[in-house]
Amino acid sequence: MAKIIVVTSGKGGVGKTTTSAAIGTGLALKGKKTAIIDFDVGLRNLDLVMNCERRVVYDFVNVINEEATLNQALIKDKRTEGLFILPASQTRDKDALTQEGVQRVLNELAETFDYIVCDSPAGIEKGAHMAMYFADVAIIVTNPEVSSVRDSDRILGILQSKTMRAETGGEPIEEYLLLTRYSPERVEKGEMLSVEDVEDILAIQLLGIIPESKTVLKASNQGVPVILDDESIAGQAYEDAVNRLLGEEVEHRFLTVAKKGFLKRMFGGNQ
Amino acid sequence: MKFLDYFKSKKVDTASIAKDRLQIIVAHERHNRDQPDYLPALQKEILEVIRKYIPIAEEQISVNLDKNQDLSVLELNITLPDEEVA
Ligand SMILES: Nc1ncnc2c1ncn2[C@@H]1O[C@H](COP(=O)(O)OP(=O)(O)OP(=O)(O)O)[C@@H](O)[C@H]1O
Ligand SMILES: [Mg+2]
Repeated sequence: MAKIIVVTSGKGGVGKTTTSAAIGTGLALKGKKTAIIDFDVGLRNLDLVMNCERRVVYDFVNVINEEATLNQALIKDKRTEGLFILPASQTRDKDALTQEGVQRVLNELAETFDYIVCDSPAGIEKGAHMAMYFADVAIIVTNPEVSSVRDSDRILGILQSKTMRAETGGEPIEEYLLLTRYSPERVEKGEMLSVEDVEDILAIQLLGIIPESKTVLKASNQGVPVILDDESIAGQAYEDAVNRLLGEEVEHRFLTVAKKGFLKRMFGGNQ
Repeated sequence: MKFLDYFKSKKVDTASIAKDRLQIIVAHERHNRDQPDYLPALQKEILEVIRKYIPIAEEQISVNLDKNQDLSVLELNITLPDEEVA
């Protein structure tokens, strides 16, 4: 049985696609056969982050409409064994995703995959609902900032009431907080909410803290999931998060201000 | 003195202000979403009944359900316009 993970947030631009690409790749690196589905219909972006934008022939909506088979639409990742991408459609039709259609595709994937990662669009409209509806696990991507935290809390409310598990009275969805774009320097100065602050408010289990890092943009420029960059602290933090997701206990890192040595200060560390 | 104050005031811990504000708004929003689904409809119907007799605005009525372990209280608050009270 596959585990369905939704990467969601409410607020836009907080790092859902970056996270879906990193976690999906991380799971595949651990030997789990993984599919990442882009639910952002109309605003496809996962393909760029995963560097497969020129290999898109069919998309998620084509499969739902039975214009293509799942095998025709799934793109096999060229770098990571056991990783597949199902790109979003560029259609502007908001009703392209139907609950029955999404369920059929997920069921078919579940036959052969270990993990299905659903990259949710921002907002609380249909696309976001469809991405979370069948989830077993939810990763709530949150930035240490007031609007993002508030929207995450709203998303938690929706996860607890408007999903299949909630509606059928099943086991509740496992909810995890992933705090991204975290800057220990700014937290130390009292300019940014700390991990503890956000945990106090949202009161869900912490999956990881991804530091703000220039390597994330560098990675997306090249279409390489940041988890594949061994030198990146963001990549390492994502790797820890994947291990926690798989049940390992891993201590949280990169929470304190890195003391830069003289040379690093002169030439700049490559975080 | 003013000059020094300026620098002092820059040291305000804005993160703790953010946390306080979030705690208040999130508690408020959670309370609202814990209310049963029928509450808005119930409120609307009560409003219509009252309006048959007294002209009141939508903000003048509030319906709340307080659930405790062994007792639930449906609280209904209606603010009447001054002239109608007498
Ligand atoms: N840890 C990080 N450090 C620095 N930049 C980051 C980090 N995480 C994400 N970003 C940047 O934030 C931007 C938005 O990221 P991303 O596209 O993953 O967000 P999203 O939540 O998927 O957005 P949308 O809601 O539009 O789908 C990107 O430019 C990305 O490079
Ligand atoms: Mg995105």
